[in-house]
Amino acid sequence: MPTIRVSANGEAALETRDVRVRYGNNEAIKGITMEIPRKRVVALIGPSGCGKSTLLRCFNRMNDLVPSAAVTGEVLFHGENLYADHVDPVEVRRRIGMVFQKPNPFPKSIYDNVAFGPRLYGRPPDLDDIVERSLRQAALWDEVKDRMNDNALGLSGGQQQRLCIARALAVTPEILLMDEPASALDPIASAKIEELIQQLVEHYTIVIVTHNMQQAARVSHYTAYLYIGELIEYDDTNTIFTAPHEKHTEDYVTGRFG
Amino acid sequence: MSPADSARASRHFDQELQELRELLLRMASRAEEQVRNALAAVKQRDAQAAQRSIDRDGEIDALELEIEERTINLLARRQPMAGDLRTLVMTLKISTDIERVGDHAVNIAQCAKRLAEALPVPDVGDLDRMAEVSTGMLRDAIAAFIDRDAELARDVCQRDDQVDRYNDSVFRGMLSEMTRYPGAIVAALQMMLVARNLERIADLATNLGEDVIYIVEARTVKHHAGEVVSDVETEGEFDQ
Ligand SMILES: Nc1ncnc2c1ncn2[C@@H]1O[C@H](COP(=O)(O)OP(=O)(O)OP(=O)(O)O)[C@@H](O)[C@H]1O
Ligand SMILES: [Mg+2]
Repeated sequence: MPTIRVSANGEAALETRDVRVRYGNNEAIKGITMEIPRKRVVALIGPSGCGKSTLLRCFNRMNDLVPSAAVTGEVLFHGENLYADHVDPVEVRRRIGMVFQKPNPFPKSIYDNVAFGPRLYGRPPDLDDIVERSLRQAALWDEVKDRMNDNALGLSGGQQQRLCIARALAVTPEILLMDEPASALDPIASAKIEELIQQLVEHYTIVIVTHNMQQAARVSHYTAYLYIGELIEYDDTNTIFTAPHEKHTEDYVTGRFG
Repeated sequence: MSPADSARASRHFDQELQELRELLLRMASRAEEQVRNALAAVKQRDAQAAQRSIDRDGEIDALELEIEERTINLLARRQPMAGDLRTLVMTLKISTDIERVGDHAVNIAQCAKRLAEALPVPDVGDLDRMAEVSTGMLRDAIAAFIDRDAELARDVCQRDDQVDRYNDSVFRGMLSEMTRYPGAIVAALQMMLVARNLERIADLATNLGEDVIYIVEARTVKHHAGEVVSDVETEGEFDQ
């Protein structure tokens, strides 16, 4: 199977080695080895329940928060296994941020939402600058700059999602994990998120889970197709959507699955 | 969309693709028939049959328009991926090529009309064999398309060189007929034109063959029989 290899020139932002995840007796991820290239968008696609979210959560130790989940294997970040004993999962999640399907702002002001992370990790003197820079990067600044003290829950769904992205960016992560970040949004808000992803990738590495094949085709450089916990095919997005090598991938991307 | 919904939607899509394939097939058969009729008119010096061929070219043009419209609609509505995408894009390309085969059939029919009134060429050399090989290529390219048969398509591509050689030999043969029988100059020139059109038809059949190989194997094959110029493998490639 063709796969994406970058380790030779040291460009992988993240690398997994035989990662397995079990929920009790159910093995949800069955030994996945893959590399996520730096400053690229990687899309994870596959039918519901195939393990996309589970795999994504391995990338920043979010599975630690799921009591029944047991992870084995290695996830290398800057050459270090994120699951090594001495690694602090909170620091992992600062450097590898996550954005969820449903925007989940805190019921606080717009400003406080973005300032939350920086305050948690120390009280930076330039907090206003960090908040402004994060909101600009999330393409939300112009829409909220005059109402920073308004409650974040008063924003539209699309704005709330961009606020959550700003909140993740405020702690200067290197990688952003996004689990169906646009699936709860209308087409215009969704297009804005896609646009944003394409801007963010100049500075960040992005892994996005999406059910929308066209979205994966539009925003990603590389696409990984998962099926029942296995990585079936991982290749250049053009290849996956025009001429995949695996019949199974072909059946899935053409909607002939099952 | 639930898996059941998506399976239902794709069944409908399969139906639409099937209809498109049938239209393309009808168009290809019409073009092949036009070429055969035009060649028969050449052989039988039948100006009326030639004119009937010319008059029927509109049917091919109409089919091309319908195929183009349906394909564009499917691209817009279905946003096809992978094999479906390749099939639809190639359908546009193939129908354009078939339409040109039809134009060459018209050219041959026009030659037939002029030949019917001219003194015949005593010896047409390899022209019959050339017509046989070219129309055979067209027929097999269409069959390869119907059966998704990359082997047959590759075989079609390989026959193109033979047609080029026949074209040269017909050209030289007609030149020598002209010197030997000045009365046959008009007919010999028309025969050269017939050969030239057959050579173009063989080229278009070769294009068709290459397109079939692409649809089936997702590889781009260009110009030389069976030779793979680029394929879509990207293993290890990181720069865009
Ligand atoms: N917290 C959990 N406890 C037990 N099993 C779980 C848990 N989360 C996921 N699973 C199981 O693990 C498998 C993979 O689930 P996961 O949510 O990763 O799939 P997914 O590809 O993200 O699906 P979807 O597209 O529906 O979001 C499924 O069989 C699911 O039932
Ligand atoms: Mg999920």
